[in-house]
Amino acid sequence: MSAVVSPIRDPLIEGGKTYGQITEDICSPTERVPSLAWTVAFIIAVLGLGLYVFTVVWTIFYGIGSWNLNRTIGWGWDITNFVWWIGIGHAGTLISAILLLFRQKWRTGVNRAAEAMTIFAVVCAGQFPLIHMGRLWLGFFIFPYPNTRGPLWVNFNSPLLWDVFAISTYFTVSLLFWYTGLVPDFATLRDRSKGIRRKLYNTVSFGWTGAAKHWQRFESLSLVLAGLSTPLVLSVHTIVSFDFATSVIPGWHTTIFPPYFVAGAIFSGFAMVLTLMLITRKVLKLEQYITLAHIESMNKVILVTGTIVGVAYLTELFIAWYSGYLYEQYAFYNRVLGPYWWSYVGMMACNVLSPQIFWVKKFRRSITITFVMSIFVNIGMWFERFVIIATTLARDYIPSSWSYYTPTWVEIGIFIGTLGLFFTLYLIFTRVAPVVAVAEVKSILKTAGDQYVGPNAKHQHETETAKTASH
Amino acid sequence: MAKANKEVLYGLYDDEEVLLEAVHKAQEEHLEIMDVFTPFPVHGLDHALHLSESRLHIAGFIFGAIGTLTAFLFMTWVFTRDWPIIFGGKPYFSAPAFIPITFELTVLFSAIGMVVSFYTVCGMSPGTVNPTLDDRITDNKFCIAFDTTNADATISDQLRAFFSSTGASEVNVKTI
Repeated sequence: MSAVVSPIRDPLIEGGKTYGQITEDICSPTERVPSLAWTVAFIIAVLGLGLYVFTVVWTIFYGIGSWNLNRTIGWGWDITNFVWWIGIGHAGTLISAILLLFRQKWRTGVNRAAEAMTIFAVVCAGQFPLIHMGRLWLGFFIFPYPNTRGPLWVNFNSPLLWDVFAISTYFTVSLLFWYTGLVPDFATLRDRSKGIRRKLYNTVSFGWTGAAKHWQRFESLSLVLAGLSTPLVLSVHTIVSFDFATSVIPGWHTTIFPPYFVAGAIFSGFAMVLTLMLITRKVLKLEQYITLAHIESMNKVILVTGTIVGVAYLTELFIAWYSGYLYEQYAFYNRVLGPYWWSYVGMMACNVLSPQIFWVKKFRRSITITFVMSIFVNIGMWFERFVIIATTLARDYIPSSWSYYTPTWVEIGIFIGTLGLFFTLYLIFTRVAPVVAVAEVKSILKTAGDQYVGPNAKHQHETETAKTASH
Repeated sequence: MAKANKEVLYGLYDDEEVLLEAVHKAQEEHLEIMDVFTPFPVHGLDHALHLSESRLHIAGFIFGAIGTLTAFLFMTWVFTRDWPIIFGGKPYFSAPAFIPITFELTVLFSAIGMVVSFYTVCGMSPGTVNPTLDDRITDNKFCIAFDTTNADATISDQLRAFFSSTGASEVNVKTI
């Protein structure tokens, strides 16, 4: 391999792995009986899923009245959760698509799991627009289809409809991208197994052989899909922010929303990736593939996006004051010092202040601190959406309509339930597919394995000789 | 139509750099390589094998353009011909508001079209059983395969000599 690697770069694969060892390390967890930790986690996740089903059935049976929404608070935890989940999804696409275009090698260690996270988070997010409509069985009305009412079409000028298209496209494209990447790895699992398991993995690997022409097409496909996913992921959260920004509600009607939402989405998504990766690498013993170098890179992204979000918060406050517009000024006064002041404080503390500790290298490379921080950011970003939605709606133009909103047990149950749904899907994924992209990790071994680069490199000289010989 | 079985002589290599050298050497000796199988995409292999550039991205562009036109023309038809409605005093043909959906459908059509084209041209689908030469090709072995169905002993010997001179760790014959 002739790529030039800076000697000061940290190796991304530790333990002097060979190709065979990489296959063994990453594939073998799917071939063993599940560990006790996995089983316990799975039972808890399935209980959460049960709670989800129960509370959603309750909502459909008794109607949206079982939530505490009122006039003027028409959106509460439902849309907060929707935006939170869809934001979490963005990190997976950022890692697999944008970092592919930028040729960032550390992407290979985490992209598979991060993209799985994207898909499962979008699944969770997609639940909320459907159930918050109240009549789930009429959910298909959101799609333009020839109907007997004219046909009367949906409103293509509405950001809520743009959302329908953005999210369904995002889900489909992410799924295709992820699955295409999985196909060669499913073939690896197929070739390691026998009997029924082999048949099963042959079906899902679509009969992959690893022929040179197929790999060439595969790389071409990955590159173009990455090129398509990059503007797509930016468009999705932009359109989600349009749900708010194109309205005429003070505090929502701002042009800063699209970039601010996208930065927030990447921020929260990386936090969730870290939460999942820190547990996954420990439980599946993948510390040599998801190294401290990976964690440090992700913490840098957290620091940058957290600071961007912080700048956006302050810009909003400044512009509200500078606009000279009374209602806008009041909206922000109310956000910071109104009845929901505690959620604003929570947002600021978790999203803007706490990530600043990542200026220090020692903290960026500390697993405990990273884990605690990832939870903080998840909480902070949930608060951000709650601040935007609930505090704004609780104080509208007519003081006689002012009210306060607290969720019912049903709304809380649905949120905890989607966590159950998410972790159920993720835990199943860790059992049936390699959580690290096997083929991609192998392709960076010669340029990022610790026997080739970094302080313990042994083969540096040999590779140099081989290079000279091949020229 | 059942495909006639092929007799394949193949060599396995342990390293992609050795494989690349071997492919170059095979080209110099004018040996006709049937195919090369690797566990991951090997950089430079497509050039070494003189493979023409993949045209998938052209397919992606065409599918994307179909998506763009479908979305934009459909919305225009609905709002100017089929059922014109005034939204917020805006004109019927409010092109800027059509952009988000037009963009999304461009991406959707392009992605689905490309992925379907990819599996079609590679002859892959759920349940396809393509004969594989060796289970370790998706693990840690790099394989060069020659079709020796109609080859006489001289050619087989020449190929075996080629494998041993280029550092193949194993040489086998398999009928697929």
